[in-house]
Amino acid sequence: MSARKEPVVNEALAAEHGIKADEYVRLLEIVGRQPSFTELGIYSVMWSEHCSYKSSRVWLKKFPTTAPWVICGPGENAGVIDIGDNQAAIFKMESHNHPSYIEPFQGAATGVGGILRDVFTMGARPIANLNALRFGEPDHPKTRQLVAGVVSGIGHYGNCVGVPTVGGETNFHKAYNGNCLVNAMTVGIADQDKIFYSKAAGVGNPVVYVGSKTGRDGIHGATMSSAEFTEDSEAKRPTVQVGDPFTEKLLIEACLELMNTDAIQSIQDMGAAGLTSSSVEMAGKGGLGIELHLEKVPQRETGMTPYEIMLSESQERMLMILKPGSEDVARAIFEKWELDFAVIGHLTDTGRFVLKMNGDTYCDLELAPLFDAAPLYHRPTEETPAQPPLDLDEDELWPEDLSLGDILTKLVSCPDLASKRWIWQQYDSQVGADTRFLSGQADAAVVRVHGTNKALAMSSDVTPRYCFADPVQGGRQAVAESYRNVSAVGALPLAITDNMNFGNPEKPRIMGQFAGCVEGMAEACRVLDYPVVSGNVSLYNETNGVGILPTPTVGGVGLLADGHKAVGLGFKNDGDVILLVGETEGHLGQSLYLREILGLEEGPAPAVDLETEKRHGTFVREAIQAGLITASHDVSDGGLQVALAEMAMAGNKGADLSGLDGWHVAELFGEDQGRYVLTVTAANLDAVEAKAAEAGVTLSRIGTVGGDALTGASGAIISVADLIEANEAWLPNYMNGKVN
Amino acid sequence: MKSAVIVFPGSNCDRDIAVALEQASGKKPHMAFHKDNDLPDVDVIAVPGGFSYGDYLRCGAMAAHSPIMKVVKERAAKGVRVVGICNGFQIITEAGLLPGALIRNKSLKYVCRTVGLRVENNDSDFTRKYAKGQVIGIPVGHGEGNYVADDETLKRLEGEGLVAFRYTALPGQSADQANPNGATNDIAGIFNAQRNVLGMMPHPERAFDPLHGNTDGRAFFDSLVETLS
Repeated sequence: MSARKEPVVNEALAAEHGIKADEYVRLLEIVGRQPSFTELGIYSVMWSEHCSYKSSRVWLKKFPTTAPWVICGPGENAGVIDIGDNQAAIFKMESHNHPSYIEPFQGAATGVGGILRDVFTMGARPIANLNALRFGEPDHPKTRQLVAGVVSGIGHYGNCVGVPTVGGETNFHKAYNGNCLVNAMTVGIADQDKIFYSKAAGVGNPVVYVGSKTGRDGIHGATMSSAEFTEDSEAKRPTVQVGDPFTEKLLIEACLELMNTDAIQSIQDMGAAGLTSSSVEMAGKGGLGIELHLEKVPQRETGMTPYEIMLSESQERMLMILKPGSEDVARAIFEKWELDFAVIGHLTDTGRFVLKMNGDTYCDLELAPLFDAAPLYHRPTEETPAQPPLDLDEDELWPEDLSLGDILTKLVSCPDLASKRWIWQQYDSQVGADTRFLSGQADAAVVRVHGTNKALAMSSDVTPRYCFADPVQGGRQAVAESYRNVSAVGALPLAITDNMNFGNPEKPRIMGQFAGCVEGMAEACRVLDYPVVSGNVSLYNETNGVGILPTPTVGGVGLLADGHKAVGLGFKNDGDVILLVGETEGHLGQSLYLREILGLEEGPAPAVDLETEKRHGTFVREAIQAGLITASHDVSDGGLQVALAEMAMAGNKGADLSGLDGWHVAELFGEDQGRYVLTVTAANLDAVEAKAAEAGVTLSRIGTVGGDALTGASGAIISVADLIEANEAWLPNYMNGKVN
Repeated sequence: MKSAVIVFPGSNCDRDIAVALEQASGKKPHMAFHKDNDLPDVDVIAVPGGFSYGDYLRCGAMAAHSPIMKVVKERAAKGVRVVGICNGFQIITEAGLLPGALIRNKSLKYVCRTVGLRVENNDSDFTRKYAKGQVIGIPVGHGEGNYVADDETLKRLEGEGLVAFRYTALPGQSADQANPNGATNDIAGIFNAQRNVLGMMPHPERAFDPLHGNTDGRAFFDSLVETLS
């Protein structure tokens, strides 16, 4: 073993690599000697929170992950579900929070690039991207620059690779001031007999490197993402990778072309921890050894050391095991697309991870422990105490100087509810020519499966303020809202991917939030037949000891047998009857009304009744499938009155809402769960009401579509034009520096 | 109608335009790769949108010098119809098939939305099925669609009826929302002097299928089919 010119490894150097003292002792026991510098680097990334899930693994096992339509659950690059006709939807959501905070443009761009690779590495052509973004409060000095950088980074990457960005969410809260969240989701389509996995097989088979060259960027990205931020995080900017969407586009085409031949045995993208994690995981899954010759790795810079080559997180790279004799076929395709192609090693039966460079050996480790002996922590948890009930009487609830129109104006122009047009107009949402709805036009984005009548509905959801007040209810609600949004366009919800964003897991309260959210989500997934098929965990989202709100983002996917039947949320025809599905009790705790109108973030989160969610979702979906519904929208942030305003704005049509006269403020703005607003033509009203009665669903007539204003018994509440103006103005004005 | 679609590294609307051409004409287009030195006998060549060569150097600049563009120029000179959409417009302009240039949007931002277009000249094989002055809604998606040219060129384009489409407000839009990129004279698309070459920023293939919720682009393809079948 010649660890030439490498630093000497000791406990202090291990600590600099994020390996704690007790973990270092464990490492020495496993290796049986002092590791070399390269070996230490490899252990440090494989044992990082990011790669090993050492704090979260015990909890993630609680998620239901199977269903008759699940082809592949968590553990692969992405989840795979059956969508009929021998086709599969392949999808996953992943965070790029830390890099995006340090370098918003490249951080967000490479987040998109990474999640795309997770999907096409399995053989799928990506058909849609979504993004869930959470920023600090608007008047925080960093927020505007983060919004601008993240949005332009996402657009830069997604637009160029030619995958439409069709949905997502953008919220603002002071809890994210020092740690924004960028969660990117990609959905792709593959034939079921052309799905590729990462388990290596075949001793002697060539290990092939394709894509971009390896540079010194992103070294220790995985370790950086596994630590809290401090004031000096700016100094970590060099750990952020730089993306090249043009190369990614070529890589997509080259990989999919090669996947049409019979050359690939297994394949995985080089994401976090680059060549190290891809080679270790592929060989580990196959129970094999692997030997790499690092001088053969295409390099962008001269003089790179084995340590740097193995830890680089340069983008747009893939690792493949080819079937014997397939090298020439594969090489020709990658040369056609002008991408690097190099055989860099082979699989062995030694069970060892061997790295050589110019004849010298830099790493010779037993491979299995790298892959499966990472520390596993049962971290202590502490329950979030129950929030006391709200104690406000009706007078305090409604500020007397505000009319109902004023309140609506304030709500639809608040940062969380204001139109995000400024953002999504910077994304190509139409490329592929299969986009039916963007989120904003409907509760879920709807994209046709190319060449068929089928369509996928996709949504990203979570209400972090609920999760903070009550992790279990918040976890349930995140899944239930996803189920609702997918059902509201008429699709059958099939499965979710989750992106668990939390603070420091070493703090019992934070670990308790994680455990509570998992419990609530798992229960909802079980009841709603909506299993988890892929996901990602991002911990240590803290700055100077202050954690973010618990944010378990849920990316849901559903199927429409006929995409043309999908309905949007905008009011459609004058005279359509407006119906409310579900019971309204007036739950104001943790509502946007409390926060935006009264400045309070208080009270318990709304309760979620999962059986009711299922019954209501099924009713709505079936009514849409039967062609009885003209518009459909779930009731969420801001309650019923805001849901109606959103339908009016999306359809540019008013409504007579005199049916709501006499409703209390809590009923108008409460965030009771399990509710939808539907519109039907007068001719179909009886049929819909009969269906509801049969299904045991509470259905109330609350108004009629028509006119250019929302009106009550005593006249206009507010014109649709004024609502739209208020809703559209905030974000562009904010980005132009005109408002805080 | 026989058609070809040119595929450059980084093209990403090649499939979309091929689908529209096939549905309108009933014939699968020939997909030509940037390195090809020849094309079959076709009636129309589409240079699609996307990010050819990653927009490196300058949008369309590198694609304009690829082997296939030599063939496209020869065919255009022989009267074959050539349409460049979005990045395709940038490429054929860089290749000298059309005058002027497409520079960064005035907003400095990429913009994707449906814009209003007024059909300025329906006396062409691309626009025959529209009425002169008809206002249609077609999506755009670009960061560099701001058309500029010297005064003399503009005068010629305007004087000879070579402006094909001009941005205009859709019903309900204010006048200042009409032009998405700051293009001179609101120019969205132009013909060459013979009107067998058209460059345009908007994407008619994205307003083609009932699923798009807007079929205003259909007549564009039907015009070609009617002329060339």
